[in-house]
This record gives sequence, structure tokens and C-alpha cells, in this order.
Amino acid sequence: MTSPQTILSVEGLKKYFPIRRGLLRKVVGEVKAVDDVSFTIDRGETLSLVGESGCGKTTTSRCILRAVHPTAGAIRFRTDPTRNVDVAVLPRAELRPLRRQIQMIFQDPYSSLNPRMTIADIIGEPLLVNGVSSLAARRTRVGELLDLVQLPRAYMNRFPHAFSGGQRQRIGIARALALNPTLIVADEPVSALDVSVQAQIINLMLDLQERLGLSYLFVAHDLSVVKHVSHRVAVMYVGRIVEVASTATIFHRPKHPYTEALLSAVPTPDPRRRAKRIVLEGEVADPANAPPGCAFHPRCRYAIERCRQELPRLATVDGSLVACHRSTELGLTGVASAAHA
Amino acid sequence: MADPILSVRDLVTYFRPEEGVVRAVDGASFDLYPGGTLGIVGESGCGKSVTARSILRIVDRPGEVESGEILLRRDDGGIVDLAKIDPRRREMRAIRGGDIGYVFQEPMSSLSAFYTIGNQLMEAVRLHRAVTTKEARQRAVELLQLVGIPRPEQRVDAYSFELSGGLRQRVMIALALAAEPRILIADEPTTALDVTTQAQILDLIRRIQDERRLAVILITHDMGVIAEMADTVAVMYLGKVVESGPVDAIFHAPRHPYTQALLRSIPSVLAEPRSRLATIAGSIPHPYARPEGCPFHPRCARSIAGVCDRTVPVVTKLDERHEVRCVLYGRPAEAAE
Repeated sequence: MTSPQTILSVEGLKKYFPIRRGLLRKVVGEVKAVDDVSFTIDRGETLSLVGESGCGKTTTSRCILRAVHPTAGAIRFRTDPTRNVDVAVLPRAELRPLRRQIQMIFQDPYSSLNPRMTIADIIGEPLLVNGVSSLAARRTRVGELLDLVQLPRAYMNRFPHAFSGGQRQRIGIARALALNPTLIVADEPVSALDVSVQAQIINLMLDLQERLGLSYLFVAHDLSVVKHVSHRVAVMYVGRIVEVASTATIFHRPKHPYTEALLSAVPTPDPRRRAKRIVLEGEVADPANAPPGCAFHPRCRYAIERCRQELPRLATVDGSLVACHRSTELGLTGVASAAHA
Repeated sequence: MADPILSVRDLVTYFRPEEGVVRAVDGASFDLYPGGTLGIVGESGCGKSVTARSILRIVDRPGEVESGEILLRRDDGGIVDLAKIDPRRREMRAIRGGDIGYVFQEPMSSLSAFYTIGNQLMEAVRLHRAVTTKEARQRAVELLQLVGIPRPEQRVDAYSFELSGGLRQRVMIALALAAEPRILIADEPTTALDVTTQAQILDLIRRIQDERRLAVILITHDMGVIAEMADTVAVMYLGKVVESGPVDAIFHAPRHPYTQALLRSIPSVLAEPRSRLATIAGSIPHPYARPEGCPFHPRCARSIAGVCDRTVPVVTKLDERHEVRCVLYGRPAEAAE
């Protein structure tokens, strides 16, 4: 791993799903859901993976949790200051201790909590599974966790149905924190919530990160939310990372034409800024049959002959990592900088 | 300004399941003008979708339009009150689709998987126009072309499941426009779509609206989409329109504490990276447990004890087009902020 501050280092990660056809279920092709993805996350840092549906952001996060088995690549996770393990090849038996350190927050707070369990049981379950057998000790810890997510301790004996979406998401976060994880994978944690509640959960995640020194891998499609939570952002398109940079750089000085188009498509909550949008032609490419060269070239308004033939590699341009043949010559437009109208 | 094409006055739609009463829409009023876009915005449970369904008279049981007026101005200048028509009568069926087209959020569940999209378009055309099969098919191809579907002559024979989400939503819009309605109601038309596809669909709605002077009611929870598309906005909270006015006034001079708080709490790509958001305390109450008085008072920072928790505020006209339902503006002495 590159630096002692790095908690997670993903190197050349691939996940191909076979396409089977016919009576014998013969493999006739592959969906390259994740294709040669690399990134790192530091201690206390939030890296967001953004992109549209089918870009591979969720599959990437599921590989890190080993909910799916990667086809190739390494996922190095620092378990303590001197040691790291490769999650990608770890035998099943050795995954459990690791799962104390990597936890996840789900998108849907309605289906991710068991309706037959009390809040104390839901939050206490990871403690029980990991050997905290004393009920009193578990209840003490559950109380602390409820304080942490700013829910009254009195809620401990209630069932999930009594809670709103935002409160359920707090319960899900408390459960994720039960075993003092160092890395939290959050897949669209606020996209099912109403705006007024979404803001509360975003703030809570920022506070918890500062208090507990957590690292977040934040998977999201909503770029406005991403702006409020991330230190760095990785943009994915058809299984590959096309650009990685600090949040300010990605939003204000994008280097990849897809990032530019994505930013341009976000509606701005200000009627005085009805900008001329870059409306992309066509559809996202099929990861089972990606176009040759740069997968974005059929929709890219800057594409040249080279883009149709040669796959661009990630390279450093002014502090950003960009996979575009023309990244040094194009002057792309981001969102207007910070001044809130 | 021209006369409104649709005027909703004090619309009340309740659901009466066995457990109690859900006051889904509780006195909503607004106007829609020819060629204009009215944005109805609010969070879950505010009644925005039930409002749309009430206009079309397709509220599911045990819901019912209880009172109020839904005045539709027809081509001949005559006015009909949709609230008074039996929803199953032929007259209402002719208005639905004929005068008012509609697009819903889920293009997958709104399209049949058993018929080709051409068949469904032809059916929609022939429901409202006496044309031959051949003419209807020609019209179906034209509609697909209008909504920007590539290779319409071939796609007319495709099934909905063969199309991507963005193309399906285009087909839904084509279906809504089949009988050339003058009003289009679009309920969260882009919520299920990716952001670049959303931009395409919003562009399409704008283009068609310009070409045909279509009046649009756009229902969404997304303030960004509202800012982008609407010229008039109605903000709803728990069944009531709490504020309405021109889009610029709603975003730059909001008056209702809910509108103000909602605007402050939306994440924005223009914000500083990692900046905390202003929040609204608490959460949206359960439908059976709506607060007395002003529905927003338990979460309102400017709530006045003994007033806001007791009486439902009346609508105050701030100027010709800007209205607010809040006691802060109701009494002239306290109107100055």
C-alpha cells in the first residue's frame, strides 16, 4: 500500500458476469461490470463513486464487502497499522473478523431492518454475533450508539414500523457503528429520503466521520449530495473510472468530457441559472458489448479518430487522474464556483 | 394574461380506509395558463400526486374527491367542472387523454408488455379519433418521431421491455400526446431516470410545449427540476398549498417558513465541498396523525404558540400572483418582516 494513511487500496479490480444461453447454459459472453478499477481511500476520508445506473459503482462496492467474488484484482485493506489483507482472495473463514472493520449502510431503510426485532436487538445483533454475550453490556452499548445517532434511548424497545425513514436510517447507521468499524461502505444512503430528512442524515454522517475518524466509500448518483460529503470523487462510466480528483476540482474544473456532461445535466435549484445544458445524445453503452476504444466516444462531442480505436488509460493531468486522450487540450466547463446565488 | 385553461379551487380529496381519514388533499387551489408550466413541489405525503389523480378523476378507492372545483376550459370556450363529473362516464373518459394527457413515474408498469408500443399508440389514437388502422399506424410513427425515438418505423413494432428506461419514458410521452391534448400532467416523469437521461426528457417536454403551446403541470419533489422548468410554482405540505407564485419569487423571495427551510436544506452542486446543510427539525408526520392548525407548526421555527397550533391559516395575497398560507402574513400589523 502506498502510504500508512491509506486504509483501502483497490488495484485493477475486475468483475465479469457470464452471459449464459441455451439448454446447456453455455457461456456466450461477459458483462464487464467492473473493468480494471483502481483507487485508494485514506483514514478519515470520503471517496465517492459516482455514475449512472449500470456503471459498476455498486458492483465495485459489493466486491469490497466480498458480497460478490471479484474476477481479478486486489483489494488491500489495512487491518492495523502494520498489517493489511487482500480482501479479494481471503478465504471465507477469515472474512468474519474483517467484517467488524468494514460495515455498510443500505439505501432502503424500510427493507433493511427486520420488522420482528426491537431496535435494541437490531443494533445489538452484530455485538451478539461477535461475542458480546451479556445482555446488560449490549444494552449499554446500544444506548451509546443511540446517543451517537441522536435518537432517544427510550426508543430501544420499539419496533422499526414505529419510525420514519430518517429515523430508520439512523438506526441502520447505529447498527453499522456497533463494532467500531474503520471503513463504511454507504450505497445511496440518502436517496430514498425526503429532502428535509436527507439533510439531517448528511450532517450526521459528516459529524460521525469527524468524531470517530471513519472512512467512507460513498456510492451515489446524486452529484449535489456528493458535493456535500466527499473529499474526493471518482466518476465511473461503463465499468471504468474515467476521472478521479478532489471534490472542488471535479466540480469546478472537470477534465473528462463525461464528467462535464454529467455536471451540466444536474438541474440547479435556481431559476436564474437556467443554463444551456449539454444534452448527451443516445444512451449509456452496454457493458456486455462496450464500444471499442473509449466507451464514451459515441456520445462524446470532442471524440476524434484515436478515441474510436485506443482505450485511454488513467493519467495525471494538473492533479486529476483522467482517462481521456484529449484531457490536456480540452478546456471543459464545470459548475460555477462556490458563490451561492 | 389569458384566461386559465385549468383552475383548481379548494380541492379536497380524502381517503377513508377503516382506520380513519387521510386528508390527502385538503384545500388546494391553483391556475394553469395556456403554454405555461405549473410546478407542484413537495415531499412525500404532501398530496401532489393525489392532486394530479384528482384532476384526472383516477383516485383509487377508498379515496374520493370530496369537494372543490376543477374547472377545465374547453376548446369551444365552455367550462366544465371535472369535480362534478362521474369519473366513469364517457365525458370524463374523453377528457382523460383527449384534453389532458398524463405521464407517470414508472414507465415500466404503465406500458403493457403484451402489445407492441405501436399497438398501444394506435389504440390511444383511435380512442379519440375516427381513423383507419393504416392512418393510426402512420400517426404512431409520427408520434415516436416527435418524441425523438430513433428509427421510429422499426421501433413501432418493438415491445416496451426491449427499450431502455429513457426510451420508455419517451413512449409514455408519445402516448400522452396521442390525442393532441392541450394539457399535459407529468407526475415525477424523470425520477426513475439517470441524470443525463433526465436532461434529455426535460428538454423534450420543453420542445413539445413550445411547438404546441401545451400547458404542463409538472409534479416533482426535486427543486432543481422545478427551477429549471416551471414558470409558476405551488409548494405543498400535508395536503395544503402553503405558498404559490412565480418561480423567481418562490426561489428568491420565499415567504412561507416551510418554503424557506426547504430551499435551505437542498444539497446543491454550487455549495462548498463538505458543507453542512440547514435542516428542518423532526420528520413528516404520519398520515393518520396530522397536526391541528397549520400542518407545519410542529417543525416550524417561527411557530406561535396558541395560534399556529389552533387555527388553520388563511391564504394571503402578497401581490398579484404570490400567495402564502401563514399567519405571519395574515394580519397586516405583523406582515412586515
